Amino acid sequence: MENLEALVHGFGIALSGNHIFLMVIGVLLGILVGVLPGLGAPNGVSLLLPLTFGMQPVSAIILLSSMYWGALFGGSVTSILFNIPGEPSSVATTFDGYPMARDGRPTTALATAFGSAAFGALAGVVLITLCASWVAQVALAFGPPEYFAVYFLAFASFVGMGGSPPVKTLVSLAIGFALAAVGIDTVSGSVRLTMGIDEMVKGVSFVVAVMGLFGIGELLIAVEEEFHVKAISSKVEWREVFRTLAGLPRYSWALLRSAAIGCWMGITPGGPTAASFMSYGIAKRLSPRRANFGKGEPEGIVAPEAADHAAGTSALLPMLALGIPGSATAAVMMGGLMIWGLNPGPMLFVEQKDFVWGLIASMYLGNVVAVVLVLLTVPIFAALMRVPFFIIAPVIVILCTVGAFSVSNSYLDVMLMMGFGVLGYLFKKLHYPLAPLVLAIVIGDKAEDAFRQSMLMSRGSLGIFFAKPLVTTLILLGAALLLMPVIWRTIARMMQGSQVKP
Amino acid sequence: MSQKPKFAAIAFGLSIGLTGAANAAWQPAKPIEFIATAGPGGGTDNFARAVQNIITKYKLVEQPIVVVNKAGGSGAEGYTYTKAMAGDPYKIVFGTSNAWTQPMVSKVAYNYTDLTPIAAMVQDEFLLWVKQDAPYQNVQDFLKAVAAKPAGDFKMGGAQSKDTDETLTRMIDKAAKVKFVYIPFKSGAEAAVQLAGGHVDAHVNNPSESIGQWKGSTQRPLCAFSPQRLPDGPKVTATQNWHDIPTCAESGLAISQFQQPRTVWLPGKVTADQAAFYVDLMKKVQATPEWKEYIERTSQTDTFLTGDAFSKFIKDDIERTRKVAADEGWLIAN
Repeated sequence: MENLEALVHGFGIALSGNHIFLMVIGVLLGILVGVLPGLGAPNGVSLLLPLTFGMQPVSAIILLSSMYWGALFGGSVTSILFNIPGEPSSVATTFDGYPMARDGRPTTALATAFGSAAFGALAGVVLITLCASWVAQVALAFGPPEYFAVYFLAFASFVGMGGSPPVKTLVSLAIGFALAAVGIDTVSGSVRLTMGIDEMVKGVSFVVAVMGLFGIGELLIAVEEEFHVKAISSKVEWREVFRTLAGLPRYSWALLRSAAIGCWMGITPGGPTAASFMSYGIAKRLSPRRANFGKGEPEGIVAPEAADHAAGTSALLPMLALGIPGSATAAVMMGGLMIWGLNPGPMLFVEQKDFVWGLIASMYLGNVVAVVLVLLTVPIFAALMRVPFFIIAPVIVILCTVGAFSVSNSYLDVMLMMGFGVLGYLFKKLHYPLAPLVLAIVIGDKAEDAFRQSMLMSRGSLGIFFAKPLVTTLILLGAALLLMPVIWRTIARMMQGSQVKP
Repeated sequence: MSQKPKFAAIAFGLSIGLTGAANAAWQPAKPIEFIATAGPGGGTDNFARAVQNIITKYKLVEQPIVVVNKAGGSGAEGYTYTKAMAGDPYKIVFGTSNAWTQPMVSKVAYNYTDLTPIAAMVQDEFLLWVKQDAPYQNVQDFLKAVAAKPAGDFKMGGAQSKDTDETLTRMIDKAAKVKFVYIPFKSGAEAAVQLAGGHVDAHVNNPSESIGQWKGSTQRPLCAFSPQRLPDGPKVTATQNWHDIPTCAESGLAISQFQQPRTVWLPGKVTADQAAFYVDLMKKVQATPEWKEYIERTSQTDTFLTGDAFSKFIKDDIERTRKVAADEGWLIAN
C-alpha cells in the first residue's frame, strides 16, 4: 500500500506536458534506432546521454527510458519483416514472425508482436511497483553457481526442444560456444582464438553475427529460390490491427506464462535475450499447436515478445536497487545516473523517492505512449513488404553493412558479417538449427565465466551446484527440461508399439 | 571563463599562420574522438565523459568531441585500435595502468610504447571491503580469521584477471602470510553485489564502485591502501566519512600505497606540438570547479603527471607489478 501511495505521487511528477512531450520524442527516436539494425537501444541511449546533462534527473531518465521502450518495440519490426533482429532479444521473434510476414500477414504479425510486448512490459512494471524491495533481496541470492544454473536452464529449455536431430543441435551449440570464447577470457585474462588477427581481441559482436546469419543468410536463400516471383500482395488494413489485438486474449495462458518467465529472467540478471529464447522454447514444448511453430504460429510470436519486454522492464529494477544492470541499455542508463549525481544502490529508494517513483510512473505512461505510436505505424511498416524484392534486397545488404560497421567502426566486423552470412546460408541448406548457435554466442561466455567462478569457489568440486536449495532446484529443473523430449519420445514409441500390436 | 582569451588565441594563431611561422600552436581542425577503454558506466568511461563535459562546457576546443567505448578484451580493443591510428592526433584514448600492465601478462597486440603518453590525471584509491554483518571490526581481526582457516577458504572477488585487483590481492597474501582464492568478475560493481550477497568474503574496490553499497549498509571498508587517510568530507553513512577509515599501514597491513592512475594517451608518431596541445588542454580541464566536483564525487585523488614524471611513474609501477607477476607465474614469454 505504501508503494501504491508512492506511485500516485510519482504519477504527479511524471504527468506534466513537458514529460509527455519527452516521452513522445524518446519513443519516436527509440523506434528509429530499434528499426535500424546495428544501432540498437544501448547505442541510441549513449548517443542521447550527453543531451540530458543539463536536465533534471527525472526528465532525463524519462527521456532515456522512453527511448528504450521505443527501441524494444522497433527491434521487432525488422525481425518480422526482414528476418534481421534489430536487438539480440528479438532473435526469437524471427522464428515465427518472419514466416508469418512472408505468408502475406505482416500486419497480423506486427500487431501480435506489439500487443503481447505491451502486455509483457505492463507485467514487468506491475511487478516493480508491487515488490520493489522484495525483488532486490532475491537478486542478492545469486552467486556464480546460481548464475550458471539460470543459464543452464535457458540452454536446457531451448536445446531439448527437438525439431532438429540432437547431433545437429549439438554441433550448432558447439560452434556458438567457440565463437563466444574469442577474445580475452575473464577468468584467466589470456587471449583466446584470435587466429592471429589483433583486432579479434574484442571478441565476436553479437549484432555482427546475427545480421550475417539471419539477414544476409536469408537473403542468399531468397535469391536462390527466386523469392521475387512470390510477391506479397497483402492488403494494408487498419481493421486487421484491431482484429488481431482483440484476438490476443485467446493466448492468455501463453501471455501469462511468458510474462512470468520474462519477469523472473529480468530480475535474476539472465536478461531479455535469455528470457525470450527460454519462453519460446517452453511455448514450443507446451503449446497444443506446437507442430505449427516455425511456420508462422501466432503463439510463437506472443511467447518471445511478452517475455522480452517483461524482462527488459523488470531489468531496470536490479539496476536501481542494487546497481547491477540487467541489460546493456540499463548499463548505459546507470552511467547516466552517476553523471547526474545519483548513486544507484539500496539507498536510492530511500533518498531519491521522487526520482524512483517518477521513473516507475513514467514506465506505465511511456509504455502506453509507445504502444499507441507503434500500432499507428504498423500499416506503414507492413506496406514495406509490398516493395519488390529487387529493391528490398540491396537495401537489406546496405542496412546490414552499415549496421555491422557502426558497432565499433571497424571493417573487420563488416567482413565477419559477410562470413556469417555464408555460414547462415550453409546452415539453412544443410538443415542445421541457427537458434542454438545464437543462444551460445549470447550467453555462452557468461555461462562459462559463472561455471569457472563456481569451480574456483569450490576448488573443483561439482558439489557446489547441489549445495543450496535454490541452485539445486534450478539445476534439476534444467535437467528435467533437457531430458523431457527423450522421455516423451520413449513413451510415444511405447504407445505406438502397443497400438501396432493388435 | 570569458570569450576574450579564446578570441585572442584565435587571432594570435591566425596572425602567426598568416605570417608564415609554421609549427606554432597546433589546433584541431576536425572532430575529436575520445576512446574509453571501458564499457559505459565504468570508472574509465566516467573519466572520459567528465573530461568531455568540461571541455564542451567551457568551449576549450572549437571542435566537437565524441566518446566511443571500446571495452573489448579488458580494454585491449581500445589500445589496439589507437595503436593502428599512429600519427592521427584526433584519437585520444583514456585508460588506466592496464596500458602497461596488460601487455606484461597477456598476449595483446599493443604495448604502452606504441602510444604517446599525455598525462595521468587522477589516482583512484583502493580499500579492503567486507560484508556489513561480518564479525571483523578491523583488518587485524579479519586477517587473523583468514590465517586460522585452511588456505583458500576465504574468497576475494575483484574485477578482471591479473589486473590491479588480483595484483593487490597477491600483495595482501604476501604481506599478511595468508592465501585468498581470487574470483575474477567482469567489473568491480559485480564483485560488490557478490559481496552483498555473501558469495565472496571481501573485495578491494575503488570508493566510487562501492559507495552506494556502503551507504546502503550492505558492506563496509576496513582500511585504505593509501599513504595517508582519504580527505575529510561529508558523511557517507550516518556516522562515518572516508576520512574515518584507517589506512592499511596504520592498522597493521604493511601495504602503504596502491593506487590506480587514470591515464590519457595519443596514438604513436604524433608531433610534439600536437601532444603539447593536449597536455595543455588537460591542464585547463583540471583547473575547473567541475573537475574538483568530479574528484570529490568519485573520492579519487587529484594528480597531474606528464612528461618525465609520468615516465618515471610508469617505470616504477612496472617494476612493482613485475615482481608480483613473476612470483605468480603470470608473465608471458616475449
